[in-house]
Amino acid sequence: MADERQLSAVTSEALSAIEERFPGGAKPAEHVGLVVDPSQLVDVATFLRDDMDYVYLSCVTGLDYPEATNGFPARYEVAYNLFRTQGDSLTLHVHADRENPVVPSLVEVWPSANVQEREAWDMIGVRFEGHPDLRRILMWEGFEGHPLRKDWHEAYYEDDQKPFRSRFPAGDPSLAEEHAAFERNVQYPEDWVNDGFLEVPEGWKSRAEDAVYLPLEEIAAATETELRTDKVVLNIGPQHPSTHGVLRMVATLDGETIHGLQPVLGYLHRNHEKIGERNLWLGNMPFTDRLDYITSMYNNFGYAVAVEKLMDLEVPERAEYIRVIMGELTRLMNHLVSIGFLCNDLGIYFTAMLYALEEREFILDLYEMASGSRMMCNYFRFGGVAQDLPDGFAPMARELVFERFPRRVDEMETFLLDNEVFRARTTGIGILPADVAVAYGCTGPLLRGSGVPYDVRRAEPYSIYDEFDWDVVVCNNGDVFDRVLVRFGEMRESLRILRQALDRLPEGPIEAGKVRPTTKVPAGEAYGRVEHPKGELGFYLVSDGGANPYRYHIRTASFVNLGILGELCRGHKIADVVAILGSIDITLGEVDR
Amino acid sequence: MSSQESTLPQLPPELQGTVQLSVLDQLYNWSRKRSLWPMFFGLACCALEMIASFDPRFDLARFGMEIMRASPRQSDLLIVSGTVTKRMAPQVVRLYNQMPQPKYVIAMGACAISGGPFKEGYNVVSGVDKLIPVDVYVPGCPPRPEGLFNAVFALHKRMDQERIADLHWYQKGEEQGIPVPELGPDLIDYRLTASNIPSDYQPARLKTVRPEQVVTQGEEG
Repeated sequence: MADERQLSAVTSEALSAIEERFPGGAKPAEHVGLVVDPSQLVDVATFLRDDMDYVYLSCVTGLDYPEATNGFPARYEVAYNLFRTQGDSLTLHVHADRENPVVPSLVEVWPSANVQEREAWDMIGVRFEGHPDLRRILMWEGFEGHPLRKDWHEAYYEDDQKPFRSRFPAGDPSLAEEHAAFERNVQYPEDWVNDGFLEVPEGWKSRAEDAVYLPLEEIAAATETELRTDKVVLNIGPQHPSTHGVLRMVATLDGETIHGLQPVLGYLHRNHEKIGERNLWLGNMPFTDRLDYITSMYNNFGYAVAVEKLMDLEVPERAEYIRVIMGELTRLMNHLVSIGFLCNDLGIYFTAMLYALEEREFILDLYEMASGSRMMCNYFRFGGVAQDLPDGFAPMARELVFERFPRRVDEMETFLLDNEVFRARTTGIGILPADVAVAYGCTGPLLRGSGVPYDVRRAEPYSIYDEFDWDVVVCNNGDVFDRVLVRFGEMRESLRILRQALDRLPEGPIEAGKVRPTTKVPAGEAYGRVEHPKGELGFYLVSDGGANPYRYHIRTASFVNLGILGELCRGHKIADVVAILGSIDITLGEVDR
Repeated sequence: MSSQESTLPQLPPELQGTVQLSVLDQLYNWSRKRSLWPMFFGLACCALEMIASFDPRFDLARFGMEIMRASPRQSDLLIVSGTVTKRMAPQVVRLYNQMPQPKYVIAMGACAISGGPFKEGYNVVSGVDKLIPVDVYVPGCPPRPEGLFNAVFALHKRMDQERIADLHWYQKGEEQGIPVPELGPDLIDYRLTASNIPSDYQPARLKTVRPEQVVTQGEEG
């Protein structure tokens, strides 16, 4: 039973504090954390934030339990992962009725809940009462159904679990097109299909585009002054050279000044979570590569850390060193490329980018030596890495880390930071105050550029980061320039860690036992997080003891960091939007998942 | 080229060295294929490898493609580099319609070819050729820059074989653009509505293998 389970010290401390203040407001949850009564959720959350120091809401996850589990009835559920800045974690669960799933919104308490609650509404269909702008975020307005519900099936649906029974053991696969409607991956409501063909109803009109502009009208109305000026609506993207992919922004302009700006997401929503809940545990590893496709190794790292938390696996020392080497190479590469992209946006057309890409190729060479692939490495396994480093790896890595990269980082810094135009375009632009950054759940260089020395590698050390000598890089002004400075500093710190790791790289096994593809993971729930180059990457995993994840939710830094974009751009000129966006450093694969 | 050159009339000796005779088709294709302007249009992971093929190590500029244009009006090659989602589908079709003729499409990577690893997803179009015509497919997830080079060379070969007299963009009549899909309860492709489909059209449902049938077969075997 849930009540007899051992609670962690932090959770029981929180439970007794809540019990004292709000009697009967919380009880232990099925696996980890507390279940809070919906009617008291906002009060409990405010109490936790103000009196118990849980200032940082990391992840909001919607869950669907169509059947009763372990003493709890069938329900929709929302899980909140809270953190103190020292790293203590607390998970809150709120249960919602299956007929009418409504939960109070926590946007007032933690603004970082804004985008994540919209995602939970879109995917699971839990309505958040009091949310200022509850629209779909990844799918378009008007889409039929909430895709992550367990009973929602897409057109190519074949089976609940992989390997599909048509593939294994019988081995008579059929093309998905063969049993999908219209030879394509589409499905319509019953009254839309006539005689096997699509029949669009008379007078039907798509709501997808209109919904995009709704909040802008509200912003325009709220900022109306005595002097009436016409607001111009400007679309940026999804096909735009400075949006780093298929991001779309809609802005209202007063002259050249931004009045309101909203990112419109979902143009690269590739259904990682729906597919991930069908995959075998190990089968998700190659999919994590494609989340943030610039830094595939670190996504592997995050997923491996989260699953190892569930499985309680010990990783051998050599594997940990290899992981850290790969992770820090990734950070170096990501920061180089992100600065290159930022320069691209600022109008230094391709030159700085080419300097960054030249170095990136060398790191990709190292990846290819170790994993066999340039970009999609699929290199980590639960309890280790896929294969040992080849003979030529260490000499080449040493040559690059000790000789080449430090010089190239210095060179790039000299070229850029002393450049008058670069400084003029970045200094004082997009200032993010520290308290706002924490409230909006910003992480990574964006947060550290605002003067908050918060790094998951320090706050909640995973792997062997606590064995190395390195510093958390912080700058205090919170503008675009400081974020670039933080990235330069972090590249130097990465090189520092790399030098130590390469010097001390021990011999030994690279995997804790043999991990088979059909590895089963014990029932439970875990939130594993790592300091991805762009910020905090978290995997919220629920296992029911089977070969597939029951719930597989990815909290990505790019997605949550984008929630602040509108605030940062307000009042700036239209040309600064691309600079601010470039300094947040997003990858669309990670934003839309 | 040499076999056709021999059929050309001989120039008088005083003009040799200043005048070059060629077949108009060859001249036209030669000049066109070395000045393709790809659109600066990255969709997903493959876009990174597309950018990498412009980097100092690979340098696609060697083949006359150093300029990428962000506007479809100025480009003649669309490299679909990544997963085409349903939400993005209207934009992809619109961009294709906006490109001036002659225009070519390279489907780069598994996702653009068939949906790739994300094929089963509810928001993924299973292959960009379901929306727009594709000239060259590059397999890989993602393809290496060399793979993209190979696709460009394949496209060059294809362009070499085109003849001005047959090219459809020099024919009479106006080109109809592809109807832009809309976002409804699911992606609405107007080419698939009942009114657009000829009466003798048979949906290509080859065979239906239900999972449960397969399992019984497997158990018997």
